[in-house]
Amino acid sequence: MDTIAFQGLIGLSMAMYLWLISAGLTIIFGVLRIVNFAHGSLFMVGAYLAYTFYGQMGLPFGVAVVLSLLGTGLLGLVMERWFLSRIYAIDEAYQLLLTFGFILILDDAVKMIWGGVFKIPPIPAFLDGFWPVFGRSFPVYNAFVIAVGLVVAALLWALFEKTWWGRIVRATASDREMASAIGVNVPRVFSAVFVFGSMLAALGGAIGTPVRVVAPGIGATMIIQAFIITVIGGLGNLKGAFVSSLIVGVLSAYGTLFFPVFELFFIFVIMAVVLLIRPQGLFAR
Amino acid sequence: MTRRLPSRRTIFVGFLVLALFLLPWIVGKYPVYLTIQILILAVFSIGFNLLFGYTGLLSFGQAGFFALGAYGCAKILLVVPNLLLGLAGGVVVAGVGALLLGILSVRHTRIYFSMLTLAFGMMIFSIAWKWRDFTGGDDGLVGIPRAPLEIPGLVSLSVATMERYYYVVLVLSLLAIAAMHRLVRSPLGLTLQAIRDSETRAEFAGVPVRKYRLVAFTIAGLYAGLAGALLPPLENTVTPSIAHWSTSAEPVMATLLGGVHAFAGPIVGAFLFFIIKDIIVRFTEYWLIWFGVIVVALVMGFPGGVMSIFVKRPK
Repeated sequence: MDTIAFQGLIGLSMAMYLWLISAGLTIIFGVLRIVNFAHGSLFMVGAYLAYTFYGQMGLPFGVAVVLSLLGTGLLGLVMERWFLSRIYAIDEAYQLLLTFGFILILDDAVKMIWGGVFKIPPIPAFLDGFWPVFGRSFPVYNAFVIAVGLVVAALLWALFEKTWWGRIVRATASDREMASAIGVNVPRVFSAVFVFGSMLAALGGAIGTPVRVVAPGIGATMIIQAFIITVIGGLGNLKGAFVSSLIVGVLSAYGTLFFPVFELFFIFVIMAVVLLIRPQGLFAR
Repeated sequence: MTRRLPSRRTIFVGFLVLALFLLPWIVGKYPVYLTIQILILAVFSIGFNLLFGYTGLLSFGQAGFFALGAYGCAKILLVVPNLLLGLAGGVVVAGVGALLLGILSVRHTRIYFSMLTLAFGMMIFSIAWKWRDFTGGDDGLVGIPRAPLEIPGLVSLSVATMERYYYVVLVLSLLAIAAMHRLVRSPLGLTLQAIRDSETRAEFAGVPVRKYRLVAFTIAGLYAGLAGALLPPLENTVTPSIAHWSTSAEPVMATLLGGVHAFAGPIVGAFLFFIIKDIIVRFTEYWLIWFGVIVVALVMGFPGGVMSIFVKRPK
């Protein structure tokens, strides 16, 4: 029983990385109607930047994370302004292909700059150590990751439901023509949302630096997981993304414990079944 | 009726085919090997483009059917060393897989279709990767023979050398390409294009849209299966990486490179794909970044012109 509860907690911390990456993906889809294949690569860039600032330059962890978010946000801005914004008018298949081109570029660029796998830097002292949970020792860092995920969820909720900016974005998402007619600068909202989503992905990558191995191919792995989650939660549905991150994270933690061989397979089965039965997502209203 | 002179295009294609048949006498082993790779990708890509360019469905799961063909062929050759049986078996396995998954996939179009095919392709990948007893897991299957072409009691022709195997691949690829060329001009091919251009109009004209999409999906799967089945006798191994979604991207890139709305586009693209790769890897190990740049440049450089669906961005 303790094993199950403990593994659930481990799964919960895994779920938070998934949540951070799929939150950005689903927000971008909800507003821009673009499926950004390169979103996983932004997660990867966030991780590598945080490694540079924290592991190599020795900046404080918090500062390194903020700088990594800014750097990745800038990259997102370039991608949206210079490339994506010019092809919103054409068939969505070509938008997919464009973002696929970004994956290839970013993967190799990371290899050229950082030379492949990096050494995991030490966990910042104030987050190091273990707490006794269910008779075992639970890493403080995992608890920190869970806290970050929950705080982000609360902030996103407040942002979209309670602020003026959130209302503008929701208005643009539900009807861009109408939003434009009442004076919303839609192209600017698009850029802002894309940059914001990129930074959420980068946050997931950055806070993973002291505990997760990151290699150039990670973008392709992460984007698949993010796709699974956004599909189960419903493309563009933030609440759905949160709930399905928890489900997938915790299920994978139990899956790797109890059925390591077919864990991956069953997750894709769930994805396909949701697409077939409820393409709008499990949590659509 | 007067007999028409062969068109310039016919003459060009004739010369090209002749050159391909003479190739092993002109060049060394490596260019022959490279040409086999090009032909395999060409077959894979024209199948993909029947779905994408002609039917308007972007599949991100074609690697799954490629892998079904490859593993199917490999498993057969490891038991019965008969090349025809291996290739036919691979194609059948992929075709059946495509038919079954196609029934489910064509319930959606656009992004949901892409996501669904991605999920199915990755399911096949996870089986290839994890089911160690049957597929060899991440080591894959090794020691697959380049078995003789054999009809028991009738003929048995060894194709063990690279040059001889090249002819097997060449003949089958040319047959597959010729069949596709007829298909896209047949009533079936024209119907698919009508569905791509306007689903509603096709429906009003009484076309069972979903059934036609399923036919296109299955044929694309058969082509992916043939391409996949040709690979293990060449390399003597199969690894699960061929089922990963990044393999699905290869025919996508080849098709984009060569052009979506020309029949020969994917074939030219397959040629360019390997030639560009071969040239770039001589200078740098980072060849994918240049492919990324090419993909981005192609998408950015031809917006609107080749596209059929227009969605205006609000200003």
